[in-house]
Amino acid sequence: MKRFYALLGLVAVVAAVLIWKGSRPQTAALAASDSPRVTVTAADSAFRGFTLGSDSAPVEVVEYADFQCPHCGEFTVVQFPTIRDQLINAGRVRWRFRDFPIGGAFAWSRVSALAAQCAGEQGRFWEMADALYQRQSDWGRNPKNPSGTFHDLARAAGVDAGKYDACMDAQRYAGRLEASHQEGIARGVNGTPTFFINGRLHEFPRGATSDAFQAVVDSLLRKRS
Amino acid sequence: MRHRQAIALLALVGFCIALYLWMYKVGIIGRLQCGTGSCEYVQTSRYGALFGVPVAFYGMVGYAVIFAVTLAGLQPAFADRRWPTTVVAACAAGGLLFTLYLTYIELFVLHAICRWCVGSAIVITLIAAVAIPPAVRQTHGAESR
Repeated sequence: MKRFYALLGLVAVVAAVLIWKGSRPQTAALAASDSPRVTVTAADSAFRGFTLGSDSAPVEVVEYADFQCPHCGEFTVVQFPTIRDQLINAGRVRWRFRDFPIGGAFAWSRVSALAAQCAGEQGRFWEMADALYQRQSDWGRNPKNPSGTFHDLARAAGVDAGKYDACMDAQRYAGRLEASHQEGIARGVNGTPTFFINGRLHEFPRGATSDAFQAVVDSLLRKRS
Repeated sequence: MRHRQAIALLALVGFCIALYLWMYKVGIIGRLQCGTGSCEYVQTSRYGALFGVPVAFYGMVGYAVIFAVTLAGLQPAFADRRWPTTVVAACAAGGLLFTLYLTYIELFVLHAICRWCVGSAIVITLIAAVAIPPAVRQTHGAESR
């Protein structure tokens, strides 16, 4: 019986050590959540965002968005699939994504944008953006640092985990985010999502629905013809 | 007696796994050590909590009850009593059903596997395998008398 209790004690001690080791903070991941002071290089400013659709599409929509913003999430999950099918895949629209990490109450704006950029480095930006929005209700309202969740989402999106981690730890694209954010401010963006259609800020007073986009694109194409 | 010792050991292991997942869920641990699994994807999904309480907490309570009852059953005063066997078998059966539900969610809803959840599933399956047969024999023995 003594051996049995000794074994129980051993299991408890080993478990306590493993849990303690596993609970050490991930400083790099935590630091990624807010790093407003970054150096913006010329390459950062030259990056024009990830695009979807044909280069020869007659209409270009530039979207400034924040992955933690609920309106952006709702737009992407509900409206964007139709826009993609009917306008982008049809060759009528080229979609350009620009980061506009709001920060403040959205504590994970930057780290989520970094995660998408790091996935984009491996050609998986849109898959990662989709995953971030699809799971936004899980991580966006959670005070816990979501870096681990993003890591899992990136892997599910087909990203090489080692390269992704290295990218995130180095905050490789923090400069890009800052450049995109500053560009948005300079263009008058003060909330997300904000859309520029063929270079002009476009407001959707009745909501940015797929029908509204369809109507704007139809109108622009009629003027061209 | 041997089977109660085995159950106590397994329940302690299960409790530690559930404790680890609960500590992550409430924010004490920043990141789960998961290897190639999708632990955080599973844990931060909407299925990571039930009625507002982390699923891992139910696991902690279940394993703690099994552990405490089994330890009590190992004491000389209760060694011949039937109720520890019955209570542990009932808890193990309930835990196994709950684990089957969670595994279904992982495989067919989330399409992601959390290694720690698999570890807990193995533990509760082993506990059920050890705890339920003696309870069934005990019930049949009582009926035939």
